[in-house]
Amino acid sequence: MRSLLLPAEAAAFRLLGSISRATGRGGGTTLPGKALWRVDPGAVTALAARLPDGVALVSATNGKTTTAAMATSILERRAPVLANPGGANLVSGVASALLAPRRSRRRAVLEVDEAALPTVASALAPHVLLLGNLFRDQLDRYGELEHVANRWEVAIRASHAVLVVNADDPRLAALARGRANAVLFGIDDPRHALPDLQHAVDSVYCTTCGSAYRYAAIYSGHLGDFRCATCGEHRPRLDVVASEIALHGLNGSTFTIDLGGASAHVDLAVPGLYNVYNALAAAALAHACGASAADIAAGLGAFSAAWGRFERIPTSDRTVLLLLIKNPAGANEVVRTLVSGEAPTTAVIALNDEIADGRDVSWIWDVDFEPLAHGLERLVATGSRAEELALRFAYAGLHRDRIEVVHDLERALDRGLALTPAGGELTVLPTYTAMVELRGVAAARGGLRDYWEADE
Amino acid sequence: MNIRVAHLYPELLNIYADRGNIAVLATRAQARGHALHVTAITLGDRLDPADFDLYYLGGGQDREQQLVASDLARRATTLRSAHDDGAVFLAVCGGYQLLGRGYRDTSGVDLPGVGLLPAETVAGTRRLIGDVLLSCDWAEGSTLAGFENHAGRTTLDAGAEPLGRVIAGYGNDGESHAEGCRVGRAYGTYLHGPLLPRNPWFADRLLSEALEHQTGRPIELSPIDDTLERAAHEVAAGRARTRGGR
Repeated sequence: MRSLLLPAEAAAFRLLGSISRATGRGGGTTLPGKALWRVDPGAVTALAARLPDGVALVSATNGKTTTAAMATSILERRAPVLANPGGANLVSGVASALLAPRRSRRRAVLEVDEAALPTVASALAPHVLLLGNLFRDQLDRYGELEHVANRWEVAIRASHAVLVVNADDPRLAALARGRANAVLFGIDDPRHALPDLQHAVDSVYCTTCGSAYRYAAIYSGHLGDFRCATCGEHRPRLDVVASEIALHGLNGSTFTIDLGGASAHVDLAVPGLYNVYNALAAAALAHACGASAADIAAGLGAFSAAWGRFERIPTSDRTVLLLLIKNPAGANEVVRTLVSGEAPTTAVIALNDEIADGRDVSWIWDVDFEPLAHGLERLVATGSRAEELALRFAYAGLHRDRIEVVHDLERALDRGLALTPAGGELTVLPTYTAMVELRGVAAARGGLRDYWEADE
Repeated sequence: MNIRVAHLYPELLNIYADRGNIAVLATRAQARGHALHVTAITLGDRLDPADFDLYYLGGGQDREQQLVASDLARRATTLRSAHDDGAVFLAVCGGYQLLGRGYRDTSGVDLPGVGLLPAETVAGTRRLIGDVLLSCDWAEGSTLAGFENHAGRTTLDAGAEPLGRVIAGYGNDGESHAEGCRVGRAYGTYLHGPLLPRNPWFADRLLSEALEHQTGRPIELSPIDDTLERAAHEVAAGRARTRGGR
């Protein structure tokens, strides 16, 4: 059945979202889409097909929100882009985003949950499909990494999209092998290579023969310039390359992106090598959508922060720096970035165990928290599993006298702020649901608008 | 004293928190004036049972487990005689399955086991995931709190002893109310969460048995401050009671 979604029908589903917000049920970002997907899934396909420049999907275990926001920042230099900010990245959230008033929007850039990608890709027939990375993430929710990769492989084979792939990730590079319409991106700057593999990395065994890879350079987790000494499998030739990277602690970075024929000099305000990866991915996506090197440089230069990921929120006389942590790879990069600058002496770290955080909290034992712990004078451990986090830091070498357990998130934030000198900045590392709550608390004090108010 | 630990295939079997378990053993040994010496043993490495008091096997994803299984099975005689000799074994999740007689994984591949534990495992269709709480009758009813996430359904031989009775959660198969397996000083379990940080009594049990293996006499460990550990245990146990096995 061909779906003919009338404007009135779309308006009715949008109204559901307004009601949800008005009745205090939060963002209402997924309710209209959930209803639409249930009533008429074909309508979601039809809505996507009406965008003249098509749909680009962004998926990854790490950095998809930031990458999608960066790509939007680049592409919006030409025309407004339809997006799904606020992390609503399941089928319902994507459908809701497509229901938003289109105005002059010609294109959608949507982040998609890694488990939802096969369904969303088949419903939306994207023109561009970006696969950013595949790290171990919430095994209680997503299952084993190989399982996610296999489902992606099936989805990709059925799709005609231009595949934009992080070729530094061996498992993803394998997905792109032999595909004609692929854009491969990666980093070429061995000065930023890690001395060794980090703890508990995956995908470091050859996808062809099972031998251990040799890395000419490891940039993060299992990402890098890999080669199998046994069968010769190696990182493919890159189409979009970041090099000449200079990291400036918490103050961002500068680097060059080579687009094959043109290059963009990028001055990025968000810090860390992981954000260089996010920016590089966004640039490759935008390049696949026809963006110029100048737009890429300008769009990335204008980017400040994605929701709750390296976000500075002013409260009365102190600043809260929110850095989402959700899995070992992401948390390792946050720690690496924090200690590369002036490492914090006080931190509030929040560990919740709801479904969106992962009910299994054991992942914190796979994070290399030690460098952060060594510089801390005071840790406020909070969230529903605060004791578990406190134990992790005790075993990371932080003296138990320096750890305070405060279950309630708001009280923990207050305690952290009280420990922060006036004019100073408090580092807060929350898991997802804790981030949402803490951001709400901090925002209410600083007069920051919530994400669903930003675009209406 | 030096407690000598063989950490088997640490780079392959490390699915969650295995490092946490080792860190707890090291710290609690040190607090009593002992030192934990951990040696990584991986594919093809030589293993002399005279060198070790405690063997640790973590969990792995299917792919890693396949890489490990045949190498481990080749060591079956060595490991069984080490166990007969009083060495301690802690095997978690995938390691637990491989310490039994074998595992038929999700793709139908039969992986050989060591045969040290009287158990057999076959992958089921649905994964058993969630918080779990056990009562250990062999340890005066002490409880173990953790997290399980396994496709395997493990069946114990008739008369074989589980590690604990399931108070909340799935356990070996979601039906028998048995979790894990215990023979002599060998312990296998699906509790992959950081088992030892929040169950310090069990960590101490392993340490004293490892010391006994080395010295040939019972060793009493002095009590240490476990306030945080006990609080973490209570929270985890509460989680299992309210949402385990569902």
